[in-house]
Amino acid sequence: METIILFAPLIGAIICGFGWRIIGETAALWVSTGMLFLACLLSWIVFFSFDGVLQQIPVMRFIESGTLATDWAIRLDRLTAIMLIVVTTVSALVHLYSFGYMDHDAQWKEGESYKPRFFAYLSFFTFAMLALVTSDNLVQMFFGWEGVGVASYLLIGFYYRKPSANAAAIKAFVVNRAGDFGFALGIFALFFLVDSINMSDIFAAAPDLAHTQVSFLWGEWNAAELTALLLFIGAMGKSAQLLLHTWLPDAMEGPTPVSALIHAATMVTAGVFLVCRMSPLMEFAPQATAFITVVGAATAFFAATVGLVQTDIKRVIAYSTCSQLGYMFVAAGVGMYSAAMFHLFTHAFFKALLFLGAGSVIHAMHHEQDMMNYGNLRKKIPYTFWAMMIGTLAITGVGIPLTTIGFAGFLSKDAIIESAWAGGSGFGFWALVIAAAMTSFYSWRLIFLTFFGKERGDKHTHEHAHESPMTMLVPLGVLSLGAVFAGMIWYSNFFGHADQVGKFYGIPVAEAGVHADDSHGDDHAKADDHGDDHGEAKADDHGDDHAKADDHHYVFVGKPGEGGIYMGPDNHILDEAHAAPKWVKVSPFIAMVLGFALSYLFYIVNPELPKRLAENQRPLYLFLKNKWYFDEIYDVIFVRPAKQLGRALWKGGDGNVIDGFLNGVAMGIVPFFTRLAGKAQSGYIFTYAFWMVLGIAAFVTWMTIGGGAN
Amino acid sequence: MSSYLLSAVCFIPALAALIMALLLRGDDEAAQLNAKRFALVTTTVTFIISLGILVQFDAGNTGFQFVEEGEWLLGLKYKMGVDGISVLFVLLTTFIMPLTILASWGVTDRVKEYMIAFLLLETLMLGVFMALDLVLFYLFFEAGLIPMFLIIGIWGGKERIYASFKFFLYTLLGSVLMLVAMVAMFTDAGTTDIEVLLTHEFSYQSFSLLGIQIVGGMQTLMFLAFFASFAVKMPMWPVHTWLPDAHVQAPTAGSVVLAAILLKMGGYGFLRFSIPMFPVGSEIMTPLVLWMSAIAVVYTSLVALVQEDMKKLIAYSSVAHMGFVTMGIFATTQQGLDGAIFQMLSHGFISAALFLCVGVIYDRMHTRDINAYGGLVNRMPAYALVFMLFTMANVGLPGTSGFVGEFLTLMGTFPVNTWVTAVACSGVIFSAAYALWLYRRVVFGDLIKESLKTINDMSTREKVTFAPLIVMTILLGVYPSLVTDIIGPATAALKDHYDTALAAAEAATQMASN
Repeated sequence: METIILFAPLIGAIICGFGWRIIGETAALWVSTGMLFLACLLSWIVFFSFDGVLQQIPVMRFIESGTLATDWAIRLDRLTAIMLIVVTTVSALVHLYSFGYMDHDAQWKEGESYKPRFFAYLSFFTFAMLALVTSDNLVQMFFGWEGVGVASYLLIGFYYRKPSANAAAIKAFVVNRAGDFGFALGIFALFFLVDSINMSDIFAAAPDLAHTQVSFLWGEWNAAELTALLLFIGAMGKSAQLLLHTWLPDAMEGPTPVSALIHAATMVTAGVFLVCRMSPLMEFAPQATAFITVVGAATAFFAATVGLVQTDIKRVIAYSTCSQLGYMFVAAGVGMYSAAMFHLFTHAFFKALLFLGAGSVIHAMHHEQDMMNYGNLRKKIPYTFWAMMIGTLAITGVGIPLTTIGFAGFLSKDAIIESAWAGGSGFGFWALVIAAAMTSFYSWRLIFLTFFGKERGDKHTHEHAHESPMTMLVPLGVLSLGAVFAGMIWYSNFFGHADQVGKFYGIPVAEAGVHADDSHGDDHAKADDHGDDHGEAKADDHGDDHAKADDHHYVFVGKPGEGGIYMGPDNHILDEAHAAPKWVKVSPFIAMVLGFALSYLFYIVNPELPKRLAENQRPLYLFLKNKWYFDEIYDVIFVRPAKQLGRALWKGGDGNVIDGFLNGVAMGIVPFFTRLAGKAQSGYIFTYAFWMVLGIAAFVTWMTIGGGAN
Repeated sequence: MSSYLLSAVCFIPALAALIMALLLRGDDEAAQLNAKRFALVTTTVTFIISLGILVQFDAGNTGFQFVEEGEWLLGLKYKMGVDGISVLFVLLTTFIMPLTILASWGVTDRVKEYMIAFLLLETLMLGVFMALDLVLFYLFFEAGLIPMFLIIGIWGGKERIYASFKFFLYTLLGSVLMLVAMVAMFTDAGTTDIEVLLTHEFSYQSFSLLGIQIVGGMQTLMFLAFFASFAVKMPMWPVHTWLPDAHVQAPTAGSVVLAAILLKMGGYGFLRFSIPMFPVGSEIMTPLVLWMSAIAVVYTSLVALVQEDMKKLIAYSSVAHMGFVTMGIFATTQQGLDGAIFQMLSHGFISAALFLCVGVIYDRMHTRDINAYGGLVNRMPAYALVFMLFTMANVGLPGTSGFVGEFLTLMGTFPVNTWVTAVACSGVIFSAAYALWLYRRVVFGDLIKESLKTINDMSTREKVTFAPLIVMTILLGVYPSLVTDIIGPATAALKDHYDTALAAAEAATQMASN
């Protein structure tokens, strides 16, 4: 069944992409969509019937060389099962949605068949993404990793006549490659250290890596720290984290369904998935995970600030995505992988909903994307309006504080913020709380600018604004359900008590009294140092109260590799997060209300205020509007020097130095020969060829005589 | 029959060339077509027969197989044979040649001579990979230059004379030193039999020459002599500058052969001679070669970034890819060696296809200037698809054969030198940049240029030419065991031999110093 899930989208892509001339355009689109719904259905069956026991399903041999032995294979555990439903559900809905959205695309001329290509790319992307999440070794993961990169490249550049789309596509691919550079080195390092790149072997070796030193480039490194860090660099590229984030906003050049599927719900979360997948390694790399926390928190904050002032509806959501991914990394960085996966899961629903909702608005407004030309659309497109409202309520985290009742984002985001606090990352905690306020501000700003206020921009467009067809509204409806209920339904699985979480992921748990230190003490000598930081610092403050308060206190006792994620026996973040003080738990809610209130003031009560503020604080406004000038800086320090260096090496290095030198020494003969050739008629060439033959003959003769003499 | 299989495969093309030279008369259209057809049939038949080698080849046996031995003129030895290292290069050659003939269907100038040159070239290239005698090897190795020299010099572009001489002199000057070393080897070992030479231990006692201490003695000197020849052939940085010129001036089919097969002779030479025969010399020079390789990758990738001529761009990208090969070979780890051979084979398919891609539009527009194109996807969707596939293969996308070679060579070098690995690995970023930038400027965008408004998509002949390359690129990318099963035992044996020889040398040196 898992094999069918994996290959159905590929078959759909091939039939749709190559067979549409034979079976017809409409049939081709339905084949690829049908394949996706099949995969989606099977994925949910797998998700619900999965019993926590790891399954490894080999498909075929892959790269083999000496001790390196890899297979194409499916690794099915809880982590995979979660990703399967996220990927196939969103992808199936996006396929359906695209029937409506891509129906009459103004970018194409009459009679051009662009739809089969689009659907084939979408299905191919889904296949690559599934290959990534089901991989049992790092090479197959790298295949999926780059495969989704190519699909993303092709889809961002889907409107290939637009120069901006082409530029964005190349940028996405190249920036991702910078991340892949780190990822690849991580794989090489792991193979060097473990002599295998299969997940199970790496997990089993992780405790030893914590005690191993390895020399890499300029210094000696702790093996676990180094490999964790290198893999995370890959994750930074794919998940658009700070410094490698510049491609994501530009990626909005692609059609909106692509943004929803690839650049919100699935591909960009691959980095988070990678860190969670490698949790057995991450748990032994305290410094690397601390770095992950800092990068995640900084990204969450940075992206939120930029999101405040963007006017392109898709770019706002893109920065929002970037910011939310930062949240997930913070959770993973402090060791609460389950919370990261929780937010990944709920985020997929509400962010896809927001993007598809935005697509519906854009569709209604004839591909106008500037929110400054929207306004008062809620009556014209009521269904879209309500879908967007649900999405906004979910992303801003609306719910009843101190309970587990609320929209999906309320539960998962609060879980992360509490984890950040429990993980002892003050920076992480405050950055996320402030980012939450900004999230609320820009999300409501989007709603207010789009659906409320006065109509702005082209009158004609506003008059013709129309609600989208059913193929687009149905996916919005389904995703709305997810955005409302996904958090409440699965809260206990992702962020409940340790025994519930352990059962969900298949991690063995034990009563707190029966501590497993006896069996694992040795393995965790290194991790203990790390654990002690939390253990002592935190236990002093809070350990006592919650030990008493919690009468069923469980700890994770699995070995690395047992269960979908690994949390060491000293990882008490889950309990400590639950035991967080009330002000910590309420703070994101307060931030959310503040953001809403400010947004209401700025865009409903006094719409002149933002303009005045932008004028008063012009440098700050420009700084944010220009995305902290990252693109400009990169252009100066990377892009232009690379080209200049290339030109210098070519003209200077190849031309003057090498050819100059070699020509001087040896090639000086060439002009002599060419002169000899007179007008350089081709006939002369034969003469030289003849002399060469003669030369070789002479050599043979000489060798023979020499040989005979011996 | 099977005992003469290698000779049959090797000399059928030469025989056909002879027949063509003697029997084919006239230069009208019918005669031209006959010449093309005859060459196509010959190369195809050669390929089919060569499959017999693959079928009967025993990968478990690490020695030479299908060995033929005899004498030919003046008492020189004739000895042919293949092992796990060379057998796939033989197959690569016979596989590529029919495609180059197909790609030359548009040639109208001196067709008969053109086909004869290619058929002779095939024989000589096959001979290089099969020869088990030093003199025989040298003959094939050097004589192969002549047809290529003619192909560039007669059927090439405007600057063909300069390019052909540059090509010829670079490669010839390299081989002069090799020739000296070969004579020295013969003097030392008393035989030209490569199989025997492989087990012969050449002296590695350090001595001083003109006041310079030569560490590794004769082995180092011989290594350097061979290195001069093979490094030019590869080509390695900084002796690579003949390649872009040669490619630019060569006709499409010439570029294909040059990139797909001739460039592999250097790598093959390292594996056949340098590493196993001069292990001590190799080890001494390893750091230098590794760094030259890493620099090649970055240097030529940067240069490729700013090219305006399509063929030059791809030529520079070839040099970068060959950098991975030399890096893998001199890492002398299992993954490095496997990766190097894999990379050479894979580059044979991918670079051939890329030069064919240039050829397709060059035939239509007669320019290689990137700026003359743009928006081809609008009129040439099939071409856009093929070009995209090979662009991605060129940047080493997993799932294509281009990935496996790069991945294995880098993985194999990591334990030896992490700096070199990291520098070379950064090539994956640059290659993405120049390859996609090329593709974007040629294929994507709106079709604005007036001259391109009537351009036609690929013909059936062109599609047929690409089809086998597409199949191989994807097949080897998805199921690389097809190759690694064959080369694995041979590279393992090579590595064992190398390690044992080094250990013995070290033990001997210690004994001597005690």
